[in-house]
Formats: sequence, C-alpha cells, structure tokens
Amino acid sequence: MATVAVDPRTDYLLRLGDDALVLGQRLSEWCGHGPALEVDISLANLALDLVGQATLLLGEAGDGDKLAFHRDVLDFKNCLLVEQPNGDFAQTIARHLLYTTWQHMLLQRLNQSSDRFLVEFATKAVKEVAYHRELAAEWTIRLGDGTEESARRMAEGLDWCWRFVPEMFEVDELQQAAIDAGIAPDPRAFEDEYRSAIAGVLGEAQLAVLADQRAILGGRRGHHSEHLGHLLAVMQFLPRTYPDATW
Amino acid sequence: MSGDGKSGDWPLWEVFVRAKGGLSHRHVGSVHAPDAELALRHARDTYTRRLEGVSLWVVPSTEIVASDPDEAGQLFEPAESKIYRHPTFYDIPDEVKHI
Repeated sequence: MATVAVDPRTDYLLRLGDDALVLGQRLSEWCGHGPALEVDISLANLALDLVGQATLLLGEAGDGDKLAFHRDVLDFKNCLLVEQPNGDFAQTIARHLLYTTWQHMLLQRLNQSSDRFLVEFATKAVKEVAYHRELAAEWTIRLGDGTEESARRMAEGLDWCWRFVPEMFEVDELQQAAIDAGIAPDPRAFEDEYRSAIAGVLGEAQLAVLADQRAILGGRRGHHSEHLGHLLAVMQFLPRTYPDATW
Repeated sequence: MSGDGKSGDWPLWEVFVRAKGGLSHRHVGSVHAPDAELALRHARDTYTRRLEGVSLWVVPSTEIVASDPDEAGQLFEPAESKIYRHPTFYDIPDEVKHI
C-alpha cells in the first residue's frame, strides 16, 4: 500500500489527482453504453483527458501507478462528487457540470500558483477543462429545455449531485496550509462566481435554482461513500491480482 | 450501443475538416446530433481527436445537393477526351505545395 501524504503540497496534488482519476474512471464506465455512438466517443474523450491529468498530478505526487492502483479507499483524497455513480446520462452531465465548472475556475487561478509544476499543469489542463465545462453546460441546457422527461431527469440528476458541492469549497487545515504557501488558490474566493455561473446555466435550461441541502463532506480526508470502493475494485483488480503484469 | 435507438431521431450532419491553414476543408464523414452546435462538438470529438484539423464545418446532410448517378455519363464523360484541359504541359516549381 502506498503511504499517505501529509505535507500540504503532496496532499494538494493527491486531491486534484484523485478527482481527475476517479471522475475519469467513472466516465470510462460509459464506454460502449452511451446513448448514441457520438456521445459514447465524446464521453470517452472526456475520460481520457481526466486520466491524462491524473497521470501528471499523481506522477508529481509520487509513483503514479502505485498511487492509482495500490492505494486503499481510505487514502483517496478526491471529493465525494466525482465518485458518485453515473446514474442516467443526465446525472452524469449534472456531475460533470458541477465538477468541471469548479475545476475550470480553480485552474484559471492555479496558473498564479507559486509552484512551477502546478502552473504548467494548469496552463495545459485549463483548455481541456474549458471544453468539458462548455459541453456539460450545452447538454444541461438541451436536456433541461428539452422534453418533459429529459427536464425531469436533468433536475433529478442535479438534485442528486448538489449536496456534494459545498465540499469543493471547504478549506481544512491542510488546504489552508497549501493556500498560505501560495501553492493553492482559495476556492472560497470564487464560490459566488461559481453559484452564479451554475444559476446562469440552469436559467438557460429552464430549470429551477437548486435549494441548498445538508452538505456532505469528508472525501478530502478519506471518508468516502460506498461507491468509491466498488469503483476502485474494478479499477485496481488487475494490477493488484497480477502485480508484475506488463503489456 | 445499449441505447434505445433514439439517436436515430437526430438529424445527420456532414463533417468537413481543414487539416491546416492553406488547405481546403475536406469531407471526412458524418455525425448524428440534435442541433448545429452539438454537431460541431460531436464532429470535434469524432474526427479531430488526433490533431487532424484546425477548422471544422458541419452541414445538414439534407442540404447537400447531389448529382444524379444516372446522368454521370453526360455530366462527366465528355471531359475524358479533353486532356488539353489538364495543366500537364508545363513544370510546377518544387516550392509550390498542395497542387
């Protein structure tokens, strides 16, 4: 098992890297199951972008493969939103809108980090994520402003995901240390901007503004929902069963 | 796909990609999409994911006007015997690309 990081920089790399890895793995579950061939390819592209980001971030945090495939669920630092199940296409889009809007705003600030690696990472990833955010918004608008059924599914998907949003703006001790060191931007600085951006998309989608729910926190400290364990079981099975396998 | 075939409801769009500046857009295939904006995104994800292009066009397939195969004879054969219409009687300088 890989060791758990404690210094703020490594912890921050793991948080962002695990977000990308887990969301990428989630999206890859759509492969071969998309509602249309074109959507299937589109989701696989998004998944590949995220796995690429995870490779960079976890590679900077340590041995990327070990961290991805030989770490236990309690040591994962991703936020709870990204590990939520795909549900239907609308729920997948809701999750992607809520995460990538946050991720995009974060990356736009991360390029002023004092950390050279993170600046380079942000410069590269921000273009990918801008596309993710736009695509998710486009689909949210079409489903919300579509048929009665698509609007209902979109609203339900957003409702499922919404309680996991506050966690992305939570600042705990380790994150505060990364902020104080100039490594990480303070997410609270763009929470208002985030909320109005989401409200803008919902308005265009003819969807009601979401009522705040009881926030669910803890992913950043390893307290995950049951869903993550199942995801990791599938993802880690092969390298854990055949640790010396090569291809 | 495990879908319910609903994508069959989506119109078809013809996709044209400009590989690099100076070249024309070329037809590369088609995608299904509910509207023009998503047709562009589907085209981007389907046909330019390996750096194939710098510009994309999508056109509703129903807007393509095609020549009638039955008229191929009268349309195209008269040109066959007119080799003098080919610019083959002078040398093209090496520096000229894409001809």
